[in-house]
Order: sequence, then C-alpha cells, then structure tokens
Amino acid sequence: MPRRNSVWANIDWLTVLFYLILVFLGWLNIYSSVYNDEYQSIMDVSQRYGKQMIWIGAALLVAFIILLIETSFYVFFSYFIYLFMIALLVLVLLFGTEINGARSWFTIGSFSFQPSEFTKFATALALAKYMSSFDFKLERFKSLSVIGLIIFAPAAFILLQNDTGSALVYFAFVLVLYREGLSGIVLFFALLVALLFVFSLVLSNIAMALLLPALAMLTFLAFNPKIKHFLHMVFLFAGSFIVLFFLNFIIKEALSLPEVLMYGSVLSAVIALVYSLIKRWKNYATIALVFLGAVLFSISIDYTFNNYLEPYHQSRINELLGIESDPLGAGYNVNQSKIAIGSGGVWGKGFLNGTQTKFDFVPEQDTDFIFCTVGEEWGFAGTSTVIILFIALFIRLIMLAERQRSRFSRIYGYSVAVILFFHFMVNVGMTIGVMPVIGIPLPFFSYGGSSLWSFTILLFIFIRLDASRLEQL
Amino acid sequence: MNGLSKRSYVIIAIFAVIVLVYLVKLFRLQVLDSNYKLSATRNVLREVVQYPARGLVYDRNGELLVYNKAAYDLLITPREVSEFDTTLLCSILEITKEDLEERINKAKNYSTYKSSILVKQIPPETYALLQEKLYKFSGFHTQSRTLREYAYPAAAHVLGYVGEVTQGDINDDNYYGMGDYIGVSGIENSYEENLRGTKGIKKYLVDVHNRIKGSYLGGRENVPAEIGSNITSSLDIELQLYAEKLMENKKGSVVAIEPATGEILTLASAPSYNPSMLVGRVRGKNYASLIADTLRPFFNRALLAKYPPGSTFKVLNALVALQEETINTNTRFSCSGPASLPIRCTHNHVTPLNVVWAIKESCNPFLWNTFKSIINKPGIADEGYNLWRNHVLQFGMGRKLETDLTIENKGFVPEESYYNRFYGEHRWNALTVRSLAIGQGELGVTPLQLANYAAIVANRGYYHSPHAIKNIVDGTIDERFKIKNYVGIDTAHFKPVIKGMQMVVEETNASVFMRIPEISMCGKTGTAENPHGEDHSIFMAFAPKDDPQIAISVYVENSGYGAVWAAPIASLLVEKYLTDSIADSRKWVETRMLEADLLNPKKSD
Repeated sequence: MPRRNSVWANIDWLTVLFYLILVFLGWLNIYSSVYNDEYQSIMDVSQRYGKQMIWIGAALLVAFIILLIETSFYVFFSYFIYLFMIALLVLVLLFGTEINGARSWFTIGSFSFQPSEFTKFATALALAKYMSSFDFKLERFKSLSVIGLIIFAPAAFILLQNDTGSALVYFAFVLVLYREGLSGIVLFFALLVALLFVFSLVLSNIAMALLLPALAMLTFLAFNPKIKHFLHMVFLFAGSFIVLFFLNFIIKEALSLPEVLMYGSVLSAVIALVYSLIKRWKNYATIALVFLGAVLFSISIDYTFNNYLEPYHQSRINELLGIESDPLGAGYNVNQSKIAIGSGGVWGKGFLNGTQTKFDFVPEQDTDFIFCTVGEEWGFAGTSTVIILFIALFIRLIMLAERQRSRFSRIYGYSVAVILFFHFMVNVGMTIGVMPVIGIPLPFFSYGGSSLWSFTILLFIFIRLDASRLEQL
Repeated sequence: MNGLSKRSYVIIAIFAVIVLVYLVKLFRLQVLDSNYKLSATRNVLREVVQYPARGLVYDRNGELLVYNKAAYDLLITPREVSEFDTTLLCSILEITKEDLEERINKAKNYSTYKSSILVKQIPPETYALLQEKLYKFSGFHTQSRTLREYAYPAAAHVLGYVGEVTQGDINDDNYYGMGDYIGVSGIENSYEENLRGTKGIKKYLVDVHNRIKGSYLGGRENVPAEIGSNITSSLDIELQLYAEKLMENKKGSVVAIEPATGEILTLASAPSYNPSMLVGRVRGKNYASLIADTLRPFFNRALLAKYPPGSTFKVLNALVALQEETINTNTRFSCSGPASLPIRCTHNHVTPLNVVWAIKESCNPFLWNTFKSIINKPGIADEGYNLWRNHVLQFGMGRKLETDLTIENKGFVPEESYYNRFYGEHRWNALTVRSLAIGQGELGVTPLQLANYAAIVANRGYYHSPHAIKNIVDGTIDERFKIKNYVGIDTAHFKPVIKGMQMVVEETNASVFMRIPEISMCGKTGTAENPHGEDHSIFMAFAPKDDPQIAISVYVENSGYGAVWAAPIASLLVEKYLTDSIADSRKWVETRMLEADLLNPKKSD
C-alpha cells in the first residue's frame, strides 16, 4: 500500500502552517483581551486563555485523527453525518439551553456544545456528495431543489434557534454553486439586490431617480454594444422626461422633480419593453424588465423599512449605513470597536497594553470582537498581517480545490473556502463598521471550543481529501 | 470543465476586492484618523483630583487662628450598588430613609456609571463608624476633604469663610471645578490664591464600569497637590477677643490699627457670630438663621456701615482750617452757649476759646466759624466747598481705602453737585451746609475710615492703607500697603489739635471713664444724631501720644453720649493692648462695659 504511506507526504503543509499560525495568534489575543493580573499564566485553565489552550490541544488531536481516517469514510458517510447533524439541530431546539437569546447549545455539566457549528462541514460533505453523483446536472429543476434543501434545511433550523448570524453563513454556498456552473446572472442579481437595498436607504430620492436610469443605460451599453440601439434608448428616455415635464407644467407642478424623473423612466421602460417584445429583441425586453423590477424593489425597500421594520432594526441598519449615529445606542458596540481598532495606530499599543478591549469597553472582546484586540495592540501592521494570512489561506484553499481530480473533493474544498471567507468577511467587517453586527466567530481566532473544533474539522477533512487527491474515489 | 475552472479567478477576485476594501478602511481607521485615539484616551482615563490642604492663618503674635480638619464625602456609583441595609446606613449617617432615597435618585439622575457625592463633609467620628461598615455597602466609597477649623470663636468678619464655588467662580477661573471650595469673604477670599495651594491630579485607568484598574503610565503624569501657603494676619487675637467681649449685647463696631504700618489689630462688628458655625454640615442651617437675624450679625458694620462722624470730625475741620491758614493757634471765637447761632453749644465752657480748647470742649460755635472760614476763603461758596471736600477725601473719607478685606463702603462726602441739586447752583453757602462743621448732616463715615483717621492724626499727617495681612509664606504683601499716603496737612498743625485731644481724655468731666493710668491717650468723642433712634456713641483715639502704637475707633449704636460708652470701651482696649491688663483702678469701668446690655435697654432701666 504505497499510497497510504504517502498520505503524510502529500499533506499540504502550507495550509497546515497557516492554520497553526492563525490559531496561535488567536490564542495570544484571547490571552491579551481577557488578561488579568491575578492569573498571569497563559496556561491557567481557570481563565479563558487557559481553556482555549485545552481546546487547541483537543483540536490538534481531532485534526490528527481526521488525517488518519480513510477518505472513503467521508464520501461514504456524508449523508449519514449530515442527517445526524440535522437531528442534533432538531434536538437542540427541543432540549437545548438558551445562551444570549439563542437556543443553540447543549449543556452537559459545565461543558457547552453548539451543534450548529458542526452542521457547516456536514452540509459541505452532503453537498459535495450530491453534486458529485453520477449523471448530476445542475440545470435540472430537481437538482436545484435538492441542493436548496441540503443547504437551507440546516439554515432554517438554525434560524429557528434564533441564531440569525450562523444561518446567514449558508448563503456562502452560492459561490460554490457558481463555480459548479450556476449562471453568473444569479450572482449579478444578488449583487444588484444588495446594492439597491443599500442605495435606496442611503441616497436621496433625486439621486436615486437619476441613478436608476443611469444604471439602465449602462446595462444597455454592457449587454448590447450597438450604438444605434443605445441612442434609440437615450432618445426614448429623454423624450419621456420632456413629455412628463410638460405634463407636470400643465397640471401645475403637482409632481416633484424625483417623481417626474421616476415616472419618466418607468414610462420609457414600459415603451421599450412593449416595443422590444413586438420586435422580438429579447435582450432589450430583459433589460427593461430588470429596470422595472429595480424601480419597484427600491420603492418597496423604502416602504418596508419605514412601515414594517421594528425601530430597533431600523436603528441598527441606519447606524450601519451611516444615516444616523448614536454611539450610545445601537452603534455602541461598533463605535467602541472602531475606537479600539482606530486607537492602535500603525504599530499598536503592544502586547497586553490594550486598554479598550481589556477594560470591557468593547463587548465580546474575546469572541466576536477578538479582531479589536489585534487592531488595538498590534496596529495596522497587525491587522493587515492577519488579513493577508487569511486571504493567503483562502487563495491557497481555492488553488487546492482546483487541483482536485474528484468533483467531491473540489466541491468540498470550495465549500471550506467560502464558509471560512464568509465568517472572515462578516466578522472583520462588523468590527470596522462596514457590516451589520451579526454575531459569528472569526475562524481560528475567536474564543470557544465548538467553533475552533468545527473549523478544524472543516479544514482538515479537506486537507485529508487533498492528500489523497491522486487516489480514485 | 475548463471554462468553469476560470470561475475560480472570479471568486478569488471577489475575495480580493473585499479584502482590499477592508485594508483601505483599516488604514483610514488606524493610520489616517486620529479621532479614535483621542476617544480611546477619553474612554479609559479617569483623573482624580488631589485636594491640597489650605494654608493656615496665624495672628500677629504667632497664635494659630485657622487650621484644617479632616472631613469625608461619601460617594456613590449607582450601577455598582447592590442591595444593602438602608436602616444601618441611615443610622450611621443620621439621615432619614426618605432623604437617603432622594439623594440616591439624584445621583442616579446624574449618572449610573460615574460616582457622585451622596453625603458631604462627614465628620471624622461618623467616618470611623462608616469605614468599619463600608464593606457592607458595595458601590459606596469615600474621599477625604479638608474643612476649616477655628481656634477661637472670634474674628469671623476678618477671617471670612470658605464655601463651595459657584458657577460664576468656575467661569472666571478655570482652576476651579464643581464642588471645589473657595474663600468667600474676608482673608479667606483676599488671599485665596495663596491659601488654596495647587490641586494635584492622579490619573487612573478605568474600565467600562468606571472601576479603577491601575495607574496611568505608572503614575508618571501624576501631579502631587501642593499645600497652600500659611499666612500671618495682622490681627491681635487677644485684643480681638476682648473687643468682641466688650461689644457683647451691643450693636456697633471696633476697629484698631497700628498707625505706623496700617495693620489692622482688631476689627469687630457686633453682634457677630462664631466662624465655626459656617463649617461642615451645619452650615446651611446656620447660614439661613444668621441671614434671618434682625440684628444682622452677618453685616460687617466695621467696613460697610455708614455713620455720621459727629464731633470726632471737628479735629479734621480744625486741621484743614490751620492748613488753609483761615485760623491759627491764636484765633479765638466766642461761644454764647445754648444761645449760639447758627449752631448752639450745650457744652458749658470758657469763652472765647482757641483751637486747643475748642477741641477739648467740642465747642460747636468755634467749629462753625472755623468751617465758615474755610468755605468762604476763595470768596465763592462752591469753590470753598470743593477746597474743603478735597481735604476730607485725602483723609480717606468718601472713598475706598483699598484694604484687603474686599468689601468696603466708601462712605459719603457729598459732591458740590449734590447741594446744587437740592438748593440750585450758587444758591447755597456755608450756612446752608453748616451741619458739616460738626460732623453731622449728610456725612457718612465707616468705622474703618474713622480708625484710619485716628491713625492719620497719630502719624501727624499720613496713613498706610489698612490691611489685615502681616506676612505670607512664599508670597509678598501688596506694595500699596507700604506706601505712606500723605493727607496734605503740615505736621506742625497737628500739635495743637492733639493737645486738645489729650485734654479730652485727661481733663474733662468724662475723663473718669477713659483716662488710663500712666498712658497718655488722645481722643475725641462724638455723639451722632441719626434717624434710627437714640444717638450713636462714638470715640476715636490713639495712644501713646508721642509714640502711637494703636489708633482706634468705636461706635456703639443708639446708646447715647460718646463719652459714656464708646470712649470707655476704646480706653479699655488701648489699655489692654499697651499694658496687657486693666489697672485695678479701672476694673469698675470694665465691669460696667461688660455688663451693659444695650440691646435690651428695658432690663437695665
């Protein structure tokens, strides 16, 4: 069995190194953020840093065991693991303990365990298994339905646990599907929806009324580079604006300027739609439809925001988008987090010298806001180093995924990369005030056994798969 | 498949864009924007003020007058308070439960995180009890402050008192912060900058709950408090105590000055109060009752009350006439006794008489003629009046003496325009304002001005602005107190006047009340008519005649003749100051003065 012996030789030690560095830095920063003069030893197990050391030790053991197990085990047992985890999610809903408002923990003695952390790798396994099955075609309705079920079943249960942050992670799988052939239009729409959502809340009506037609024009140009057709469209829009201005003058300026622009563009979009349908210019019709949808969407966002959202949510969103600022209310966490990071300067205040994080100005400073400690004590030098380490790991993971021969390994590899990236993006973004405050951990950094182990398992299964990439699965 | 693998670049690009955005954001946050660094310092830094002890105050002989005692403020940090035994706390602090709840609510309204003062100025005995039980009350802590303590229950009006700063004080001087103490009146106020010392600062790191976590930068930026400078007042506390004792049950005031220096030896305003009444937690209550007292113990008569100088003013008029050469030592005017015009004379004496005898006998007609001669000297009444008035102003009347006791009434010497308003321009003359000849009429003089006037006569022509300071440790006394202010009367002119004043004390019917064995005192009595009832008894004097050590003025309100009350009191004080005792032959005078209760005259009837 020469190949089995070569498992250790085929392990991607670079990834393992990244992992070890990140875990070690995480431990140091946990030590620093909860540092206590009375318990100076980083190994003092009565303190969180001591406990984290135990979790790290256990995680390394888990990683070692994972590497020992045959790859066929993961392929063969994917569905079983997935169903087992779903069952745990159901059980935790029934018998779990509530911590911080989320019923997502099993408590046995002093030991707490969060099953939703582990459903991530299980979902990745199940998805990889399903999508690598013989004769799988992504375009089929049935395939898409099953994929949707695999991804959103755990997300739904986690939402029921009232743990929105962890549920959102499952959206990351869209990128995996994209890699496996999902139309780019889906990504484009996702992006458009996100942008419109933000813009319709942030921008004034007049800016919005100018932005939307401009977007429509640009899409025309991008999808249909025939200048003649593009000019038709420009004339159409201009014509309807002039007509509406004139009409508005007749009805004694009952409409405001944004309304005139908005109705004008809707009018021209409708004309364009009808015209292109008659002429069977499919592209024009699609673009006109997208435009109409965009207008409707932004209006409905505004309306929903003002009429259906709780003031609490409104203020969170307003805070995030910079529409209003209340450093003592909804923005407290983010404001304190930014102060901590911002006060670090270029080189930071030095190890154990942080004041904002250590003295509890920043909430959750050793779990969700651990990045603040990095920012405060190690400065921009530290934050950029950590970020570069992460992005290096992500790119390495994608390179590893791309070199897989088996679809299973590749899909699983991409899942690992995008799940880790999503955590990274939301967590770091939250601490610097560009993402909403969604409580999800920073992989390998944040304090906590469940999250560390789940990320370790997630990553090392892929390292194990990669080590056997030359085998036939 | 190959086509799809290109999508890995799209995904990497998405990752890269987001990471780039984050790096730019972090660069702005950490490197470009300095606001966050300031906010961070504000977050964690707590500056705790270290209050210095105030400087001590001594009297001229080195007796300690004012010192400090410890007091403690109880502070509360509402957020850290857990359930506690309210009954126990109330009984220690001797306050009611409702009061305690009200105070706690007030503190909560201020801030739940920051500590604020719950009970001020707890005396050390209570503090000892409290400290023992403080462990039972989480969220409460104490801070030490110093309060004033007075060695003698006297000199309240000179020493002044210390109180909490007002918003105005804080606006005027950024040295002060909320809850700081400041000298409100008297020496405490005048020498505030010497006495207060310099506040220190200790910088601590605090956590989000405002709990102290350690010192900032290892205490390198701490500034220790500097104790205030000690000062020596010019008061003679023995004399002050004696003056206040003599003035008990009387209204009025005593001011004694050392002529050679202008140092105030004694300044008493009766009725007075014990300065300790305005210290500590009893202060508010006492303050209100002092303010409400109809005898106005809070009113510093020595500096603020305007009285007519009465006959004491005759000395001044005689000096001015001698200087202006409208009379000389040989000038005699006759006196027709009660039949005299325009001012009658009730003093039965020889006639005609010269200036020496006129002072001795306090002859009204003589002084009327003298006054008339000054006013009529230039030929026009208002010019003559201004000539006279300028002399009076030079004697420190009708204007402030620029003492160091901050509050001061400038008295009243009418301007020419004052009479013009009443009588019309050029429609008045010496006769119209004849009351001024004998120190009556519109004239208003404070007891301090009168004492200063006595000092001028004692010095034969000059004075130092009266002041209550003798020495400041690490400080200098204002130059203005060292200047000799000459009043523009030649020294020679004082001789006959002083002779007359000596005869007042030694050779009149009333001498029996005021003559001091073996000391030649020169004085002048006054009896001022006033609209408030019986005449004020007035006396001014200095002694010894040839080497004056003390100049004194005494006012006893609504008590009658100057020779009966003010003069004996002044003579007792002079005797006490110069000989440290009262001669046996004069014990009866002392007893009479001490026992007199002029506030309740019916009893003595």
